[in-house]
Amino acid sequence: MMTVRAPLIAEERKPGQFVILQLDDNFGERIPLTIADADPVEGSITLVFQTVGKTTHRLALLSEGDKIENLVGPLGQPTHIEKVGTVVCVGGGIGVAPLHPIAQGMKRAGNRVVIIIGARTKDLVILEDRMRAIADELIICTDDGSYGRKALVTAPLKELCERDPKPDMVVAIGPPIMMKFCAETTRPFGVPTVVSLNSIMIDGTGMCGGCRVTVGGQTKFTCVDGPEFDGHLVDFDNLMKRLGAYKKQEDMAHEKCHLEMEMEMEMEKRNLKLET
Amino acid sequence: MSHKSAEQLNAEARKHLDALLPRKDALKPKERMAIPAQEMPAQDPAERRRNVSEVALGYSQEQARLEALRCLQCKNAPCIEGCPVRIDIPAFVKAIADGDYQKSVDIIKRNSLLPAVCGRVCPQEVQCQAPCTVGKALKDVDKAVNIGRLERYVADWERENQSFDVPAVKPETGKKVAVIGSGPASLVVAADVRREGHAVTIFEAFHKPGGVMIYGIPEFRLPKKIVQMEIDTLAAMGVELRTNYVVGRTRKLTDLMTKDGYHAIFVGTGAGLPKFMNIEGENLIGVFSANEYLTRANLMKAYEVGKADTPIMPSRKVVVLGGGNVAMDAARVALRLGAGEVHVVYRRTEVEMPARVEEVRHAKEEGIEFHLLQNAKRILGDEYGRVTGIECLRYELGEPDASGRRRPVELKGSEFMIECDAVIVAIGNDSNPLIKQTTPELNVNKWGHIIVDENGRTSIPGVYAGGDIVLGAATVILAMGQGRTAAKAINEYLAG
Repeated sequence: MMTVRAPLIAEERKPGQFVILQLDDNFGERIPLTIADADPVEGSITLVFQTVGKTTHRLALLSEGDKIENLVGPLGQPTHIEKVGTVVCVGGGIGVAPLHPIAQGMKRAGNRVVIIIGARTKDLVILEDRMRAIADELIICTDDGSYGRKALVTAPLKELCERDPKPDMVVAIGPPIMMKFCAETTRPFGVPTVVSLNSIMIDGTGMCGGCRVTVGGQTKFTCVDGPEFDGHLVDFDNLMKRLGAYKKQEDMAHEKCHLEMEMEMEMEKRNLKLET
Repeated sequence: MSHKSAEQLNAEARKHLDALLPRKDALKPKERMAIPAQEMPAQDPAERRRNVSEVALGYSQEQARLEALRCLQCKNAPCIEGCPVRIDIPAFVKAIADGDYQKSVDIIKRNSLLPAVCGRVCPQEVQCQAPCTVGKALKDVDKAVNIGRLERYVADWERENQSFDVPAVKPETGKKVAVIGSGPASLVVAADVRREGHAVTIFEAFHKPGGVMIYGIPEFRLPKKIVQMEIDTLAAMGVELRTNYVVGRTRKLTDLMTKDGYHAIFVGTGAGLPKFMNIEGENLIGVFSANEYLTRANLMKAYEVGKADTPIMPSRKVVVLGGGNVAMDAARVALRLGAGEVHVVYRRTEVEMPARVEEVRHAKEEGIEFHLLQNAKRILGDEYGRVTGIECLRYELGEPDASGRRRPVELKGSEFMIECDAVIVAIGNDSNPLIKQTTPELNVNKWGHIIVDENGRTSIPGVYAGGDIVLGAATVILAMGQGRTAAKAINEYLAG
């Protein structure tokens, strides 16, 4: 988790929106990250990320007071928030971060909010206290049973759908496979289900079309039409394949980055400067 | 045609020039028309297809003066009519013939701010060179006076030989103008408005300014240092530049006036929303919009393999759909990124191709294969969702359509396959929706283009627009022309 000074973004951002950041002007990649929270008075936003590749790894190594070279946002359409009755918010892993402002907004709009947090194991459960403060009902599941229920998020979600009255809306954010199965769980009950997609992007303003997804048979751009879509219409299989398109290059870059960092540390130990 | 080196071309030009220069003002039209049209020196195709350096090397001084002697100095100057910004072409060409290059570039700059750019990317054969008397008399538009190459020559001459003066700026007026986007239209507005003493801020969504000239047009056709110099000039004039700022998201358009105190706004956000064909398989891995492909390559520097963090997956055989400049750029970038074969598929014939003639010729010389009167029907993939091929249909030309071009009609049952591992879609752009999504009071037409009057005024007082966001996908010079018009109107609005 990281707090970044960005007064304009903090002032304008709404639940559901994201930023794109880049650590190096010349050769860095631009990666989208969801905004977990914002403080317009202090002029800061909170980003939550998982170190999965080179850029997130480098990001994790920044210390207090360091600068992020390029940060742009808020991007994407804000979540449509209104009073519908009962809203179930499902967050898987790091997906709990973008879910937080949405749950907050849903609560403020007067909805009854049930929150399901899913994680692989106890240590990976994030934002529990902030979510507990919002939720009318909080359910925590872990894959290994180390905390809360030993279950996938779809189990409590199905139980909630079987209740009478059933929920009026579900918002699910997490890994694509989780969102896919949440959508499959709610489909037979006819509960409207919103998912938030995190596809590969470059500009985030509609220009490149790299983030396109198939929704209801039509091509949509995650950055300008989304990131939120009707989960019952999203072609998740296509999304997952597209997300994996550069897996090989990403892994290679990440590994190289590890080697470089090890080398840097080694040099530092020997009190040498790395010539670049 | 065998490739002639720059040295050869220069030697040939020198020979002619030595004979003609002593009586340059006494030459008869017949003698002028007998001078061979000067070929643009270029990198050898076999070498350049694997590097990103500029392909067209520019005339030598001898070639430029000789080419300038071909101009008949027509009284009615049909070339000026063909120029979207009405440069005094006979005058600047005459100055080259006289060897007064500074005078020449000064004449161009009265009407055009970016001659080094326009000399390279304007489609001269359908603009100034189309009505040229020399080309008409020789019954070949390729034999018209090469006005674009001469424009480039003097612009480059100035950049390389002259100490550069920052244009004069009038005393500060205390008025603030926001310019949204940093492509050709916006750069012109920024310069023209700043000259009048107004404070100007350019807002750019990307991390680098220059718009399509940076992310779209590749280095080998428009070196980035040329664009950077124009940006540096604006900075030296006191124009403020804010990157990573998406108007419509970071700030709403009208908030710039009501919250941030800008007195006028120019919207030059371009046509950034790539079109797809809505055919089966277009979301497979390996299908790109040309914008994505070019942005990865140019802005994100994917061609620097090992350095850049934004890769393009390596491809063996690439199919590009479309026949415009962007299609040519994408095809030639694919080649430079290491593709073994590149195929351009276009549904009409070469005559209808909107690309500059020179780009098509360069692409062919580099070994790109053209498939005309063909179009994609669907894209096929494997079980991992990766492209394996494209199914195409053959076409023939039917009756002219609304654009006046003969409409391609598909031949039923003519399906055939091209095996490939990448497909680049280069069939144009729709208007970017960001500003209109968050500015409902801004009037747009059914394509989402902003509606303006003849002075570039939109439906919101104080807000002006120009370039591709008004025109749809057009050219650098038309964008610049609109910028000029809007800047004049903004200056009048702020003075009033």
